[in-house]
Amino acid sequence: MAETIITRDEVAHVAGLAKLAFNDADLDQFTTQLGDILNIFDTLNEVNTDDVIPTYSVTENVNHLREDVANNWNQKQELLNNAPLEAADLIKVPAILNGEGE
Amino acid sequence: MTINYFEHDLTSLHNQLVNKEVSAVDLTRASLDNISKTDDKLNAFISTNPDEAIAQAQKIDEKSDFSNVLTGLPLGLKDNMATKGIQTTGASHILEGFKPVYNATVVEKLQNLGAVSVGKTNMDEFAMGGSTETSYYKQTSNAWDHSKVPGGSSGGSAAAVAAGQVPFALGSDTGGSIRQPAAFNGIVGLKPTYGRVSRWGLFAMASSLDQIGPFTRTVKDNATVLNAIAGFDEKDSTSSQREVPDFTAKLSGDVKGLKIAVPKEYFGEGIDPKVAKQVKAAIAQLEALGATVDEVSLPHTKYGVAAYYIIMSSEASSNLQRYDGVRYGFRADDVKNLEDLYVKTRSEGFGDEVKRRIMLGTFSLSAGAYDAFFKKAAKIRTLLIEDFNKVFENYDVIVGPTAPTAAYGLGEEVDDPTAMYLADVLTIPVNLAGLPGLSVNAGFVDGLPVGLQIIGKPFDEQTVYQTGYAYEQASRLFEQHPDVAKEY
Repeated sequence: MAETIITRDEVAHVAGLAKLAFNDADLDQFTTQLGDILNIFDTLNEVNTDDVIPTYSVTENVNHLREDVANNWNQKQELLNNAPLEAADLIKVPAILNGEGE
Repeated sequence: MTINYFEHDLTSLHNQLVNKEVSAVDLTRASLDNISKTDDKLNAFISTNPDEAIAQAQKIDEKSDFSNVLTGLPLGLKDNMATKGIQTTGASHILEGFKPVYNATVVEKLQNLGAVSVGKTNMDEFAMGGSTETSYYKQTSNAWDHSKVPGGSSGGSAAAVAAGQVPFALGSDTGGSIRQPAAFNGIVGLKPTYGRVSRWGLFAMASSLDQIGPFTRTVKDNATVLNAIAGFDEKDSTSSQREVPDFTAKLSGDVKGLKIAVPKEYFGEGIDPKVAKQVKAAIAQLEALGATVDEVSLPHTKYGVAAYYIIMSSEASSNLQRYDGVRYGFRADDVKNLEDLYVKTRSEGFGDEVKRRIMLGTFSLSAGAYDAFFKKAAKIRTLLIEDFNKVFENYDVIVGPTAPTAAYGLGEEVDDPTAMYLADVLTIPVNLAGLPGLSVNAGFVDGLPVGLQIIGKPFDEQTVYQTGYAYEQASRLFEQHPDVAKEY
């Protein structure tokens, strides 16, 4: 059975996708731990699933559609109260593009 | 006024309210007092909200309409359910100080009935863990032995009920997070059928697996709480439109002719022999009450953990993308640009277990891994469901242990993720198949409680409760209390 090997570089790549940064020691530790967990995942290869239909949800529902009525919308100030930084009734964030100041 | 919740079930508290022997304010104050007497040892609550709770209780007393059984009764809420204007953290640093602008549907339902939430209970960060040790805020202890874990992820809710701080609490269960802490604390915990209870306002971990359910000291109390929180909600597209029956209707104590299946895999490798012995004795008691008991096989059980951790982490990695430091919660300092803000906020705001699962999920969904991991796991999920369907053609319920061991020592396993994950083997298949699962106390191993798990057909919580009630009434184990009961 093929064993999934995950390298330190791959872990760093996945961290980038997940918007997480790790120092060298953490990256080493995560590489070892993820490798161990992937070995457990590999046991699934013992089972032949060629003709099995995947299950992504067990809900009986197809889709609920509700009336398109606006309610519960007048909460701007309450929502802004939760924002770490606000200015001029808007949520303030740092520069979106590199090389530009605030 | 001191009220010892070990001396009353929900119905008896309700009757005292109706007869004006106590007020809602008395009960709320009693819960807050009980918490202040014992929470230095238990650490079950991340926060309490005495001002809001007493104000709500006063209004209820003024109205004096105690027609619903839960009106005026205090409770604890797991800190991953949105409470309007009250801090809700998911036990994560990244949501420190976050005050939702709305109530979760379950919170709204309980508030409308006049139940009074006194606080938010501790949990594993974003419900990721089985011991409540991944919380950013504190370490909850087991109600029976404070050197042991309370289980998790709903460890705070379980310990709070088991220690008599509150008469009931809500938790959430994605892979065992209600049933396992219920087992570790010797109380009753139900994960309802997927879709039975609205998930709106529950901080999503794995949306196809998460369900909210009650913690109580007795089965009847548990069914009473489920009556209050179940039902269709247009805000949750996966909530079921099926009619909600009275979940207390089949609590007669009679299980004559009930067909019980016992999967041989649930007593296999890794199950503590003392736990197995205790649970087998409980099953024998059900047989003595007139149920028929047969051994069956659920052959794909051993693949459940792997399939679950792929599916759960994939869904969680997607759900947790919303925590980026922009709109609410913690935001990292000294950032150069928006990308830097995301990365620094998430790296400083999430704990290791959350990062581990985000990494696993991101990997499982990434190009090149999707078919081999995510899709493969979804196919194994189908096989696990088919295993259950076959057994339920001939049986009413499936029973076995809730967890392979009793509660272990604080700090013993938290640094070994693979051992922690494998301990979920008995609870995970129920979530993958969307079934109802109950844990009731099945006695003690070396002074620590052990759980009997009762699994039912989809939407057949009534028969699950019927089975649990018959065992509970025969064993009378709910009459045994932890030492902390002496504090009241």
